Amino acid sequence: MTLMISYNFLQAYWWIIISLLASLLVFLMFVQGGQSMIFSLPGNELQKTMLVNALGRKWEFTFTTLVTFGGAFFASFPLFYSTSFGGAYWVWIAILFSFIIQAIAYEYRSKPSNVLGRKTFDIFLFINGSLGPFLIGTAVATFFTGSQFSLNELNQVRWGTPWHGLEALLSARNLALGLAVLFLARTNGLLYIINTVDDTGLFERSHGKLAVNAISFLVFFLFFVIVLLLSEGFACDRSTGAVTLEKFKYLHNLIRMPVVLVIFLTGVVSVLYGIGIALFRASRSAIWFTGSGTILAVMALFLIAGFNGTAFYPSTSDPESSLTIARASSSFFTLKTMMYVSFIVPFVVIYIWYAWRAMNRKKITGDEMQEGGHMY
Amino acid sequence: MFENVDLSLVNWSRAQFALTAIYHWLFVPLTLGLSFILAIMETVYVRTGDEEWKRMTKFWMTLFGINFAIGVATGLILEFEFGTNWSNYSWFVGDIFGAPLAIEGILAFFLESTFVAVMFFGWNKVSKKAHLVSTWLVAVGASLSALWILVANGWMQNPVGMVFNPETARNEMVNFWEVLFNEVSVTKFLHSISSGFLLGSMFVVSISAYYLLKNREILLAKRSILVAGIFGFLSSLLVVYTGDISARALASAQPVKFAAFEALYEGKEKAGLVAVGLLKESDRKIGEKAVNDFVFRIEIPGFLSVMTGGSTDTFVPGIIDLINGNPERGLLSVSEKMERGRKARDLLIEFKEARKSNDTEKAEGIAALFRDKKFNDEYFRYFGYASLNKPEDAIPGVKVAFYTFHVMVMLGMLFILEFFLAIVLLFRGTLRKNRWFLWLVLFSILLPYVAGELGWMLAEMGRQPWIIQDLMPVTTAVTNVNVGSVITTFILFAVLFTVLLIAEVSIMIRQIKIGPKH
Ligand code: HDD
Ligand code: HEM
Ligand code: HEM
Repeated sequence: MTLMISYNFLQAYWWIIISLLASLLVFLMFVQGGQSMIFSLPGNELQKTMLVNALGRKWEFTFTTLVTFGGAFFASFPLFYSTSFGGAYWVWIAILFSFIIQAIAYEYRSKPSNVLGRKTFDIFLFINGSLGPFLIGTAVATFFTGSQFSLNELNQVRWGTPWHGLEALLSARNLALGLAVLFLARTNGLLYIINTVDDTGLFERSHGKLAVNAISFLVFFLFFVIVLLLSEGFACDRSTGAVTLEKFKYLHNLIRMPVVLVIFLTGVVSVLYGIGIALFRASRSAIWFTGSGTILAVMALFLIAGFNGTAFYPSTSDPESSLTIARASSSFFTLKTMMYVSFIVPFVVIYIWYAWRAMNRKKITGDEMQEGGHMY
Repeated sequence: MFENVDLSLVNWSRAQFALTAIYHWLFVPLTLGLSFILAIMETVYVRTGDEEWKRMTKFWMTLFGINFAIGVATGLILEFEFGTNWSNYSWFVGDIFGAPLAIEGILAFFLESTFVAVMFFGWNKVSKKAHLVSTWLVAVGASLSALWILVANGWMQNPVGMVFNPETARNEMVNFWEVLFNEVSVTKFLHSISSGFLLGSMFVVSISAYYLLKNREILLAKRSILVAGIFGFLSSLLVVYTGDISARALASAQPVKFAAFEALYEGKEKAGLVAVGLLKESDRKIGEKAVNDFVFRIEIPGFLSVMTGGSTDTFVPGIIDLINGNPERGLLSVSEKMERGRKARDLLIEFKEARKSNDTEKAEGIAALFRDKKFNDEYFRYFGYASLNKPEDAIPGVKVAFYTFHVMVMLGMLFILEFFLAIVLLFRGTLRKNRWFLWLVLFSILLPYVAGELGWMLAEMGRQPWIIQDLMPVTTAVTNVNVGSVITTFILFAVLFTVLLIAEVSIMIRQIKIGPKH
């Protein structure tokens, strides 16, 4: 069986998978968004318990998606993995740190003799909730704004600043995307609580916080997108591989790839619609609109970062070193093998869907929290 | 192109990886073992409908959850550390090594994490059967994740199924099945999961012994010992068997490691297996490294030859043969290997220069050579030796390898005995009378942890100086960051993990004291 699959096709296929995983991750960070409001959202201890348990039954999905995102990036674009993780050392370490403390916080916070005390574990959740989405957003923004690094003949990375990635925090555009992701996560977090918890008090408090978070998100997001579309981008000549700066590069990408434009606009509209019905009609199912909108919009951003002859991980100090999909990818054989593996993903999605439905069939209530099963 | 690296950077990076891996392995084996024990207990509950079995399952499940969370926390860091601390390595082998990590995420981690949620929170939400299936899937998922990570690790010990591409300066996978069915990976997988089963069983037996000593939860304790005793006994036999086949796989894949853990310097036929021994440095030297002599040893004559090749006439090469070479036995010396490695490396440099000066013909010629089997067998496979300074650098720490191996093996024998006694005393009904035995197993709770960590030290430190056997020494694998950063993150991780470990142990002990819910 020799299917005619080209190397280009496989590289594109894997870039789409990576984009999909990234967009799922951003959606699933509603868990982090919710955590970032652990001290401000609940009005009393019972509400806090409900909040933590509603989020806590989903944290593993976000976490595992992050892990799989890392693994899949490693397998399909190893040069990105070695360049970015090795170079922007501190940003990634900070992200990892914030996820380590999350992983134990749920399980340990309400157990007796937990040494650090419940408050500390709640602070861990808060730190992960705020820092996680913000730093991930900032790191992803460097896909557009570039970093200072160079690669030698053996493709080994040398980072241009001693800050090893922390310098990304000095750029307004990077910060804008970081804050946009954070406020999006918080908005989705509120909508998720509204959807799964059956408690009038918590509903009202969530609803009350919605407007300010949604508007903050929109402000930062629009700022980022407008600057992005007006700015220069890193174009890569497909025949020579030379990387040059091109005016309005990302705007061009959108125009040249109408499908992506449609995905992007559908995503944005869907998010806005979700926010709208939640705000004005007190809808409880808005999360499904903002959620799928988030997935579409983030996916479109990744697609314009990599497709249409664009360097998805540009170097500002040595443009020649910039990473493109073609340059950073694994070999033909590995991509093909991994493609077969990816055919299993639909089954994974099916059982996740089954488990999610089974667990969310009944809404979380105050009574359930007092029954005393396995609790966070 | 090939610069010298800062040794302190290498050592701190190693220390950081070792630290995080050792912490991770404190929790992994319990997840592997306890998940199956839970599944067995719940199966009995579903088949008999006896609520006591459900109560038991739930009790052990609480302990499982406490351990699982910290296992996940420590695992995350390892995955990304390949990028943050070993980025040159990640590029050099990412084409092969990344795949198992990705498959692990897709196939195993999602299975584990999805069904763990059902297992914990689904008692009243899904049917009894669906719950049972979930519990089994958690166990299967845990072992599956072990499979993929050990495929990755086995490949580093015995790189197969790839060719080097000078264009990209990396190894590229050409045969997935060779990577998956790598002999070293298979034995590693079997040995690691069975050691996890063993550890999980000892955990359950020990805590049950504590209840018996306290005269509490008698029925729960006895039933738990029944399940874990039998499971542990079978696992301990499997551990010894898989340990033995691991050693055999090493004899061909990593002969220096093999010779090192037996402290065998002069190769011979009818080589004996050292059962117990004590080493001391002697005046003899290989290059600048001192040879270790036995102060005393108890040996099983001829057995090492039998283990390696099936008969007492098999020649087992010693460290000196492997370093200085032994033409009679067809063994190359390390200096010869360094020569050959340098040839391969010089060719790579020539290739890069040809590319720079647009000499396509020459470049293509060299590229073809790298695809050639003969060239690979004779030259490229020694690529890493080009970076060694002296032949004796190829010798790992002999004392470490020797002691870690022998203590592990002795503990393995002890565990068989303990599980065996536990079952016999349980069936005789005299378990509670033999309090000495209960105390013994209670104090044994930590021993499988010791054995497992020693096993990893043997496997990883015995592999030195290589990060990928014969192809890449650790010194060239490391990320070029400043040492200060790595020292800082090392301290951060050490402090954080230690605090979390203390919290974990304290919660665990408290839950054990509280005991199962009524
Ligand atoms: C033989 C088994 C084994 C070995 C050698 C390793 N792990 Fe592990 N890992 C597991 C067996 C396991 C597990 C049993 O599946 C864990 C432990 C506890 C847990 O919750 O899942 C896990 C968790 C775990 C997680 C969190 C997964 C999640 O989201 O649920 C990651 C990212 C890793 N590991 C990665 C690694 C890496 C990169 C390793 C190598 C350096 C490694 N593990 C060694
Ligand atoms: C959880 C079980 C593991 C433990 C306890 C463990 C232990 C260790 C130790 C002690 C070292 C330091 C060796 C030294 O510097 O002398 C080390 C290094 C290393 N191990 Fe492991 N290891 C484990 C699993 C793995 C796996 C599964 C992989 C690969 C997939 C791996 C890859 C490495 C690498 C890349 C290094 C750094 C380079 C080196 O120092 O050799 N380890 N590990
Ligand atoms: C007679 C008993 C045993 C023998 C012959 C044996 C043999 C071995 C050998 C040769 C290795 C090195 C494999 C390598 O470097 O690739 C190893 C590693 C290891 N051993 Fe054992 N072992 C025994 C008992 C145990 C016990 C009782 C445990 C723990 C409960 C254990 C846990 C491990 C672990 C975790 C590793 C590292 C993973 C691996 O390399 O497979 N072993 N063992």
